[in-house]
Amino acid sequence: MDALRTVRASTVFVALLRRDVRVAQRELPYFLLRTIMQPIMFIVVFGYLLPKMGFVRGTYSAALVPGVLALSLALAAVQSVTLPMVQDFGWSREIEDRLLAPIPIPLIAAEKIVMGVLQGVIAAVVVLPVARVIMGPIPGLTLAHAGALALVTVVGASTFSALGLFIGSVIRPEQIGLMFSIIIAPMIFFGCAYYPWRGLDVVPVVQYAVLINPLVYVAEGMRGALTPALPHMSLAVVTGAQLVILTVFCTLGLRSFMRRAVG
Amino acid sequence: MSAAILTQGLRKVYPAPSSRGRRDGSQSGRGPRGVSGPPVRPPPAPGANLQRDGNGIVALAGLDLEIHSGEFFGLLGPNGAGKTTTIGILTTRVRATAGRGLVAGADVGTEAVAVRQRIGVVPQRPNPDRSLSVLDNLVFHAAYFGIPRSHAVPRARALLEQFEIGQRAESKVDELSGGQQQRLMIARALIHEPRVIFLDEPTVGLDPQARRSLWDILRDLHAQGRTIVMTTHYMEEADRLCERVAIVDEGRLLAIDTPAALRARAPGGTLVELALDGDAAPSVLLVQALPHVTGVSARDGVLRVYSDRGGQIIPMLIDTVQGAGRTVNNINLAAPSLETLFLSLTGKRLD
Repeated sequence: MDALRTVRASTVFVALLRRDVRVAQRELPYFLLRTIMQPIMFIVVFGYLLPKMGFVRGTYSAALVPGVLALSLALAAVQSVTLPMVQDFGWSREIEDRLLAPIPIPLIAAEKIVMGVLQGVIAAVVVLPVARVIMGPIPGLTLAHAGALALVTVVGASTFSALGLFIGSVIRPEQIGLMFSIIIAPMIFFGCAYYPWRGLDVVPVVQYAVLINPLVYVAEGMRGALTPALPHMSLAVVTGAQLVILTVFCTLGLRSFMRRAVG
Repeated sequence: MSAAILTQGLRKVYPAPSSRGRRDGSQSGRGPRGVSGPPVRPPPAPGANLQRDGNGIVALAGLDLEIHSGEFFGLLGPNGAGKTTTIGILTTRVRATAGRGLVAGADVGTEAVAVRQRIGVVPQRPNPDRSLSVLDNLVFHAAYFGIPRSHAVPRARALLEQFEIGQRAESKVDELSGGQQQRLMIARALIHEPRVIFLDEPTVGLDPQARRSLWDILRDLHAQGRTIVMTTHYMEEADRLCERVAIVDEGRLLAIDTPAALRARAPGGTLVELALDGDAAPSVLLVQALPHVTGVSARDGVLRVYSDRGGQIIPMLIDTVQGAGRTVNNINLAAPSLETLFLSLTGKRLD
């Protein structure tokens, strides 16, 4: 009756990933809609309408595109981990069958992060051409630094996926709305998505305060990769800061996940 | 017979809940750590009697158990007795504060992955993966245990047929009834052929027909030679299904034996319960002196009297109680059973 198979952790990990991919595939239309709507609105208003009205210069779109891309990938990564996890750990305890899988619990958390990175990367890949189509030719935009672009995308998606793990294992279902008001909204507005970090030197306090915001580094990294002619932080600073924040979020996320997973 | 499960001094203390975020000030409304608290421990029902110590709430106060291989074993006790915590620790879902637990030869604390490999778990409340179809719930669970899809699909279909939900294989889980979801949970617990199956109050919330059909399934599983550990607070369930039963309360083991042997240990005679209009303690001495009374206890406003003459002593009891200045509001009779043994051990009813 009992074959007592010893299953490799990698086999279980892939099975967990396949489960999440299956669910994500079915929800792909909703995922794309959720991912594309917000950047489209911003690009239409700030990249098309306002320049047409003459309120902002046409070059603003060049500053806007990398930020919108950063924001889309960050939101996609964080939401794709947080939202299902809040439900999983909620009243239904749906995650229970995965917590009973013969694999160390931290690897179950790691699988969630990998899934978030995948969705963050997909968001970035989808939003860039959409922005290009709506705004027309964007002055100074180049894809020459594809390596830097890939690095910023993957490390950025990892950072926000790890943040998603932390938030998803800390908040309760009824607090999801609050998460958007007190975490996501300030992060968006003070994340240098819609203006370059260097521009904040007009208010130095704000310029240094926003450095705790992980979105700043993704946006600045995107600027360096996509519109290198505009002011931006160096790739080394961006990557270094992201790795530090990633480590912090992974540590916090793993700790809170373990606390929720094992009583 | 070899031991499928062995626990030594198993102890669990949950951190005391903070008053912050509580909907009310009572202890009984929530689990020890509130809604976001520990995973498998449900909130104790009102009246649950949890022990506190300096730093927290003692759910298990040093439990020693030995469950044999192939045994159908029952953990019987009221809400808050520590049954679910015991299952939680043995299934690696709750970390013990102290003590040791071995399941199928693996230590729950240090070899959790090996333990999970060897067990199947049916939770108190069905928790299927609602993002997957009925069939995929089983196929993906099998995949988590390294069983390839080509093996898992036929096995999953066979299990669904066996549990009479074969036609619902492609349905969403939400379309299943409560009883069907519970059967799906049992199928899920079996798909990877575990040595030991844990069921936590598997029949709570099921109608009598669904409960009986679940009992048949469990008997079949036991007949196949699996070790089954089940918690319940239904006396009848423990009596009918289990080979041995452990009675637990307040995190302690009070008695462990076959249901027949436990029944034989129940205090002799019929239990006559008198609900009084006030404190029952002053009546104890008077009643004890009456003929045909084999035992008396008082708890709050309830006087429990064991009689070797059945209900014949009731008029005499009413007179005696009135002599102590109390009026009888209600009378209840019970034949010797696990229920009366439980009452005599704990002073409490099971449900």
